[in-house]
Amino acid sequence: MILNDLLQIKEKELAARKKIVLRCCMAAGCMSSDSKGVKEQLEKAVAAAGLQNEVEVRGVGCMKLCCEGPLVAADPQNALYVRVTAENAPSIIAALKGGKADAAQTDPNSAFFAKQFSIVLANSGVVDPERVESYIAADGYQALHEVLNEMTPKDVVEQMVKCGLRGRGGAGFPTGLKWGTVAKSPGAKKYVICNADEGDPGAFMDRSVLESDPHSVLEGMAIAAYAVGADQGFIYVRAEYPLAIARLQIAIKQAKQMGLLGAGIFESPFNFNVDLRIGAGAFVCGEETALMSSVEGKRGTPRPRPPFPAESGLFGCPTLLNNVETFANVPTIYRKGAEWFAGIGTEKSKGTKVFALAGKIKNTGLLEVPMGTPLRMIVEEMGGGAPDGGRIKAVQTGGPSGGCIPAQHLDTPVDYESLGKLGSIMGSGGMIVMDDSTNMVEIARFFMEFCMDESCGKCIPCRAGTVQMHHLLDKIANRQATARDLTKLEELCDLVRNTSLCGLGQTAPNPTLSTLRFFRNEYEALLQPDPYGPNGSGTSKKQTHSI
Amino acid sequence: MNASVAKPQRKRVQAVLEHASGDKRFKILEVHMKKHQFRQDALIEVLHKAQELFGYLEDDLLLFVSVKLKLPPSRVYGVATFYHFFQLKPQGEHACVVCMGTACYVKGADKIIDAITQKHKARAGETTPDGKLSLLTARCIGACGIAPAVVYDGTVTPRATPESALEQINQWMTK
Repeated sequence: MILNDLLQIKEKELAARKKIVLRCCMAAGCMSSDSKGVKEQLEKAVAAAGLQNEVEVRGVGCMKLCCEGPLVAADPQNALYVRVTAENAPSIIAALKGGKADAAQTDPNSAFFAKQFSIVLANSGVVDPERVESYIAADGYQALHEVLNEMTPKDVVEQMVKCGLRGRGGAGFPTGLKWGTVAKSPGAKKYVICNADEGDPGAFMDRSVLESDPHSVLEGMAIAAYAVGADQGFIYVRAEYPLAIARLQIAIKQAKQMGLLGAGIFESPFNFNVDLRIGAGAFVCGEETALMSSVEGKRGTPRPRPPFPAESGLFGCPTLLNNVETFANVPTIYRKGAEWFAGIGTEKSKGTKVFALAGKIKNTGLLEVPMGTPLRMIVEEMGGGAPDGGRIKAVQTGGPSGGCIPAQHLDTPVDYESLGKLGSIMGSGGMIVMDDSTNMVEIARFFMEFCMDESCGKCIPCRAGTVQMHHLLDKIANRQATARDLTKLEELCDLVRNTSLCGLGQTAPNPTLSTLRFFRNEYEALLQPDPYGPNGSGTSKKQTHSI
Repeated sequence: MNASVAKPQRKRVQAVLEHASGDKRFKILEVHMKKHQFRQDALIEVLHKAQELFGYLEDDLLLFVSVKLKLPPSRVYGVATFYHFFQLKPQGEHACVVCMGTACYVKGADKIIDAITQKHKARAGETTPDGKLSLLTARCIGACGIAPAVVYDGTVTPRATPESALEQINQWMTK
């Protein structure tokens, strides 16, 4: 494979394009509403109308507005059909020729779509994720070619530093710095790992990227491997995402056949292989050291850092570990240039961020916006506000490690620093909207129960602390707690946060602390009078024994 | 001390291997291990395959894996019990997995579980006494756009309600 071959594939693919393209969403959300049946019926209807030479029915990835699935889009008519059923198929085909479709439509230029800025999701809903040619036609693998032929690994790292990309897994560590550290670490064998263990409940960005555009992740990993000097990659993906696993397997196979992965990529001396590792349902495996331990086939327990994975990671070798979305950004950065990317977003947070908007909101789905976009624009303009005339009470970001941002702070720009100031985190991009009917103490208890179940049990603050905090939250929610229990809860939050071994324990108190900060009245309303007096100092006559 | 522990263990291993030779599924599992060159770091992949073949991971099966991969049984058991995905008990004929991710939770997934528990006397993670239904929960299946989501025998169903879930289960039970 050389550049000419790549361009030829692109030309051939573009030349074979038909005049009209019907894009049918084949991501997990729409597939659960029978989009596969819809696609089959559309194909049949095209054949029945004798339009095979004019109309192409293409299975594509996520088209973002998941709540209205299955979605079908017609180009160039610019029509977007929602909640399509198999029975609607003949009329959709008829509508291409001036008839009337009996499926509901939505405005493809509404705020939900118009305010998006796509880098990671640019191919999502456009290319066929099961055909590498489709990705190549969208300029895929050109960045890899340029990097391998025209840049030294040092240049690649320098460009990454310049563009200012930060890790999209949640913590926001500068990606260029990480690449540089791994590149400098001595060692004959190095690894690149893609963290696709999207354990955060309520987040589905990584699943969508893998299902919609798996090749962008593979290309990003290959570029990263060249920069750091690795020749083996792993993608650690959750077992709960069977479709993402299947699409990745297809993508890896096709890329290998084309010589875009494997030995001597683009006839250069660079070799890179990617293997899949399937997780088995452990939230803690999203933590980098636990993930590596799981890739080694062991229990997914974290270990203290340093040594950092960049020095001693998988099998003791220097390892680069990035999130799916981080890798998916990479090809576009090298194709369009670091300066272009650095021009998007805010001063400290560059580029865009994909969010999975869900919960009590009208438009649930995926959206990608430049960093620094106000939260209000995301939930009110794009998301359409709470359904059924409800009022938005809070937005939860960062899942069990994040916090709730109350309605009065909706004007906060979304970037790493601003969310941190409010006691939440950017997280991987899950955004759950809550309305007036949501009980914040229940939410805190829900997340604490999650952390309690998912604690790996290695360090005591997390193992015992989460159980005790859950017990206290349970007591408060059941109206059995006193003000002293609340104080105890706050003390424990502080202790667990500061003494736990890994991110899971260190961030487990976040949902509780942030709801306490903004919705303390809800906790206090549930408290009972203290029989031993407010200070517990024994001023009350009732105290006959100590607890 | 060592000898006395090792002896019955060896007998058990022999019994397991003998039992395995008569079962085709063990053969398939061994082929799968060979594909991974019997590498010890492929343990999780092997356990996935084993569960796919047998439905759940019984002790003898874990012992078989430990012998073939040359790993201590404690290590194999430790991994099998660590991850939620691996089942150590036989599962019901049908599986109803209710997603308990945040989006599904705020949209009432807990009410679906309560309704099923009340009617069929199986709590989350349990199987009904007649072995027909296993009620399971998932951390998040990533289908938040269609919350609450329920997976019936591997088929994801959008926008579930307690009524729709009970109806589907009723269909299984009366069959």
